[in-house]
Amino acid sequence: MTSSSKTPKIEMSGVKKAFGNNHVLNGVDLVVPEGKSMVIIGGSGTGKSVTLKCILGLLSPDEGSIKIDGQEVTNLRPNERDELMLKFGMLFQGGALFDSLKIWENVAFGLIQGRGKNRKEAREIAVEKIKAVGLRPEVADLFPAELSGGMQKRVGLARAVAASPEIIFFDEPTTGLDPIMADVINQLIVEQVQEIGATGLSITHDMSSVRTIADYVAMIHEGKIVWTGPIDELDDSGNDYVDQFIHGRADGPIQRRVA
Amino acid sequence: MDSTQNQINPVFAPFQAVGQILLSFFQKTGQLSSFIGKSLYHSIVPPFFPAQLWRQLVDIGYYSLPVVGMTALFTGMVLALQSYTGFTRFNAESAIAGVVVLSITRELAPVLAGLMVAGRVGAAIAAEIGTMRVTEQIDALTTLSVNPFKYLIAPRLIAATLTLPILVLIGDIIGVYGGYVVSIYNLGFSPGGYLSQTWDVVENMDVISGLIKAAAFGFIVAMMGCYHGFNSGRGAQGVGAATTNAVVSSSILILIFNYILTQVFFS
Ligand SMILES: Nc1ncnc2c1ncn2[C@@H]1O[C@H](COP(=O)(O)OP(=O)(O)O)[C@@H](O)[C@H]1O
Ligand SMILES: [Mg+2]
Repeated sequence: MTSSSKTPKIEMSGVKKAFGNNHVLNGVDLVVPEGKSMVIIGGSGTGKSVTLKCILGLLSPDEGSIKIDGQEVTNLRPNERDELMLKFGMLFQGGALFDSLKIWENVAFGLIQGRGKNRKEAREIAVEKIKAVGLRPEVADLFPAELSGGMQKRVGLARAVAASPEIIFFDEPTTGLDPIMADVINQLIVEQVQEIGATGLSITHDMSSVRTIADYVAMIHEGKIVWTGPIDELDDSGNDYVDQFIHGRADGPIQRRVA
Repeated sequence: MDSTQNQINPVFAPFQAVGQILLSFFQKTGQLSSFIGKSLYHSIVPPFFPAQLWRQLVDIGYYSLPVVGMTALFTGMVLALQSYTGFTRFNAESAIAGVVVLSITRELAPVLAGLMVAGRVGAAIAAEIGTMRVTEQIDALTTLSVNPFKYLIAPRLIAATLTLPILVLIGDIIGVYGGYVVSIYNLGFSPGGYLSQTWDVVENMDVISGLIKAAAFGFIVAMMGCYHGFNSGRGAQGVGAATTNAVVSSSILILIFNYILTQVFFS
């Protein structure tokens, strides 16, 4: 018990990733404690999504180490990787709902296909989750294309939490939503993560999202974590990057590269 | 931006260009081989997704029947007509039945069905999987503990490899029937004579070689569709390019492998 409370849930050190000449991650160090919610902030195109995809093994890092529960995961074999994925849930930036499947089949997908639950039981859990994210149960039998963007995000959220994963990733959960819907999604994330007792890792550039979701904040810039700390230290971090970002100023150490 | 390229002496520039082309060629072949290896591995190692396989059998097999049937019918008809106009010059009309059945079973049914299916199915596979790649649905599969090779690729590969021979067998029959119809009702042959000439000429190997070709072409079409879709570039443009590449590469590979297989079977 004592050792497990010390071992971080996720630990990245010196993670590098480049696409050709585009060096996206230049040595990312990040520690996410168990049961806490970490939020990564940073401008768009700074490698936030790439960071998540490296942890999930959707992209393989060029260098560095990534540990989940103390276990190195950068060199897993395919079936070990499938096994590890059972710990994760993810809400994708664009929702990534399966458009050939009904809403409830989307939500139940990990339960039925990934974990071998029977369809009837899985449907019940799915409908529960659909209601938990504030959608009417009739939505269960629609297809993703029949829903608005905000509803799709909710379904994505329901799918991410349906199997009660230990670790949940949220990639820009509120981007593209109106402020009220964004706040609803933020509240749902907090609610669901607390209910499951999961460790959360979110990405956003929406400051109100940060303040609602985060226990800890990490700021990424040019492929490195330039500041990390608890949420209540965010406003007086003494870090120029953070200050510029949270106040949304055009001038400061972060220069927009025109490209 | 790219400092290494500026330092290279212009004299070596051509070598560098050739080197890059060779490197990218080897890299692509390596990538394709490893993709094929992975696809085969996941096609035979459980868990399987029978519902997906069934859907693909219907999509690839059943719904390709009209297009393959029409192709075979008109090909058989035109073969009979063309051979007649040619063969009457040598008083060799009795060879028409044989020409029709051999051309259809050995070459035309498998190759034309393969090409039609490349257009219909190869494009659809590349577009569907490419769209799933671009919209992160493939990544979503992985995070839900479902291997995309098992869920998306294996069913398409198996379905195409199994159904194309069946389609071609049906195409053989329809094609011969097309030739028969034209010969009897248009060219005035006797029905019994035409059929017995057909049976006299055709041998098991003619049909079987065509079916083996069909299986190979089905595999090629599904493999190219999956490969290009899976490695689709980003955005709508990426999916468009993947679709084009899938159709073009599978059509060319079908023609190449048709030659190779013919060489293997009949020489
Ligand atoms: N699969 C990929 N192939 C090539 N480049 C990529 C890929 N994924 C991301 N990139 C590049 O990596 C950079 C960071 O992307 P991303 O992590 O998505 O940014 P964000 O911080 O907005 O989430 C961008 O320049 C993007 O073009
Ligand atoms: Mg992103």
